Amino acid sequence: MKKDMILAGVGGQGILSIATVIGSAALEQGLHLKQAEVHGMSQRGGDVQSNLRLSSQPIMSDLIPRGGADLIISLEPMEALRYLPYLSEDGWIITSTAPFVNIPNYPDMEAVRAELGKLPRVIAIDVESIAKEVQSPRSANMVLLGATAAVLGILDPDKLRDGIRRVFGRKGEAIVETNIKAFDAGFAASLKNRQ
Amino acid sequence: MADKKLLLGDEALALGALHAGLTGVYAYPGTPSTEITEYIQGSAFARERKVHCDWSCNEKTAMEGALGMSYAGKRALVCFKHVGLNVCADPFMGSATTGANGGLVIASCDDPSMHSSQNEQDSRFYGSFAMMPVFEPSNQQEVYEMTRAAFDYSEAKGIPVLLRMTTRLSHSRAVVESWESVREQNQMHFPERPRQWVTLPVNARERNRQLIKDYAGFEEDAAISRFNLLEDGPDRRMGVIACGLAWNYLMENFPDGCPFPVLKVSQYPFPRRLARELAAKVDSLLVLEEGQPLVEERLKGVFDTPIPVHGRLDGALPRDGELTPDAVRAALGLPERPQFAASEIVVPRPPALCQGCGHRDFYTALNQVLKDYQGARVFGDIGCYTLGWMPPFSALHTCVEMGASLTMAQGAAYSGVWPSVAVIGDSTFTHSGMTGLLDAVNTNADVTLCISDNLTTGMTGGQDSAGTGRLEAICAGIGVDPAHIRTIVPLPKNYPDMEKTIREELEYHGVSVIICRRECIQTAKRHAKK
Repeated sequence: MKKDMILAGVGGQGILSIATVIGSAALEQGLHLKQAEVHGMSQRGGDVQSNLRLSSQPIMSDLIPRGGADLIISLEPMEALRYLPYLSEDGWIITSTAPFVNIPNYPDMEAVRAELGKLPRVIAIDVESIAKEVQSPRSANMVLLGATAAVLGILDPDKLRDGIRRVFGRKGEAIVETNIKAFDAGFAASLKNRQ
Repeated sequence: MADKKLLLGDEALALGALHAGLTGVYAYPGTPSTEITEYIQGSAFARERKVHCDWSCNEKTAMEGALGMSYAGKRALVCFKHVGLNVCADPFMGSATTGANGGLVIASCDDPSMHSSQNEQDSRFYGSFAMMPVFEPSNQQEVYEMTRAAFDYSEAKGIPVLLRMTTRLSHSRAVVESWESVREQNQMHFPERPRQWVTLPVNARERNRQLIKDYAGFEEDAAISRFNLLEDGPDRRMGVIACGLAWNYLMENFPDGCPFPVLKVSQYPFPRRLARELAAKVDSLLVLEEGQPLVEERLKGVFDTPIPVHGRLDGALPRDGELTPDAVRAALGLPERPQFAASEIVVPRPPALCQGCGHRDFYTALNQVLKDYQGARVFGDIGCYTLGWMPPFSALHTCVEMGASLTMAQGAAYSGVWPSVAVIGDSTFTHSGMTGLLDAVNTNADVTLCISDNLTTGMTGGQDSAGTGRLEAICAGIGVDPAHIRTIVPLPKNYPDMEKTIREELEYHGVSVIICRRECIQTAKRHAKK
């Protein structure tokens, strides 16, 4: 069993926290893991991605081949589309619908929506609004993780909740609860979005 | 029981060095190498053992510090990004002549595809240039193990070892199992062959002849190394030579095992004997190597019977850029996997200076003033502020390497460029700018040096900057007239003052320094949280 995922976003959005929680849950479950990250110049507001691979078998490449990603998890809708050639034919895109516009030529949002709409398996939710609704405005990334949990498969949602507890534990119980709330809201929104 | 940790390749290297009995790491920050030193700085184990881990001013001082530690019999690690090896090329080459006493490992992290670099030079060439062994691990576990092996080899053979990393290994995490046994640091002891540490020609000639002999031995060691494996396969149409990380991409494409005979190479000098053994079995060779075609070029003249060799030179693989599982797949002649077409509406999102960054305000003021000086040229340097080349600022005309701003500005000024402006960051100034400033003072060059001081080494994530709090004193000490060392605070409300100061110093026909100082907003945010 394997799950290959590309986490995408704009430098500073917090995709690595999502990877850290998934990684923590995967290790706890005894899975093999490889996670390639972007450090350095691109972190300054540029496009960033992380290739995260989980498997019950040893993993060779740190990079996911084209057509191999089971999931693209993106905190930004155009960034989700950037990695389309890496998505497998039966893969899922789970993305935030809120554009991060820090470039002058950002495409028309209608076109972005239409492009996502052409794909067979997309969960597109407004993670920032959902985070605010559950009073966890700074946990939009955990909303996205919750939305992912609904289709991830290889890891049980409860294992991911435990992962959140481990990763955020040293910041205090209040922060843990805020993040769990965001996760649960994302999970619920994802189930609803699929209907 | 063995301990399992999820580590970046860089962190695995750091842990491997600590467990090998490291006494000190010497380094200057540079992507993708920075996390090696940061791991050691954050390690309680390193603190308990008083492992030296302060940042050095630059890679040359780092390399020399480590060489001194090796001279004293202790184990030292040097870390930098690949272009840092150029900065320390002199002591690096010299260290092959002196040899190592305490284990000396030089970790050079290459950045093929230039994710965060100005070129994609392949550090392995420096290994053969210096006649030094090179270790090139292929995964995080191997990084951990090969780091200790590199220290062992260095001490056994009395030679520094170049440990070559690349971005994908440095910045990728995997589970690493660490040793149960941790080695103690060496006791101080002096070299057994003291003459070779004095590289006068009379000593160096003798040592060079010895090194040439040793290098042949290093190649034989590589041929029998447990890190270089020749594995057979049933399909003899092709043999694959897979170096370092490239082996992963090969195996990714053959989950049930590679049908071709494979030579996995992780220790150099390249073991030509194994290449001959492989070539004798197969009809052609495919060379997979991350970076430049070192092995592929080295194969010329190795075989008695000609054999077709494919790789980066004949277009089987792209000539530039990092390897990918897909590029390797194509080179193996396997069909593409089904995939979605790239979306046509996606546009590039280049990195940019952060909102609120002081470099932004500096460039805004500088550009405003330079509107009145049509002939002005701005010589840039390496750091976040290099992003000032991009719109909306378009403020720079050059960027070459660490410290080139001020020295290029002098050559241009001498050639008639006016105003000739240099822009450098605080950390880059103390890395390689100070000597250039002394040149400017000694020739009374008509240049304006702007030090955009954000009190940190920003681009690599906010490491200490060597001259923080002392830049005015350094410039005055070098001999700049204190009346022309000006300090400004880059904020929108200060634009009028900033512009006035910049204009005054452009109009002064001599060396002026404008220190433009405001803390990096990334480090400021972190400080505010504490």
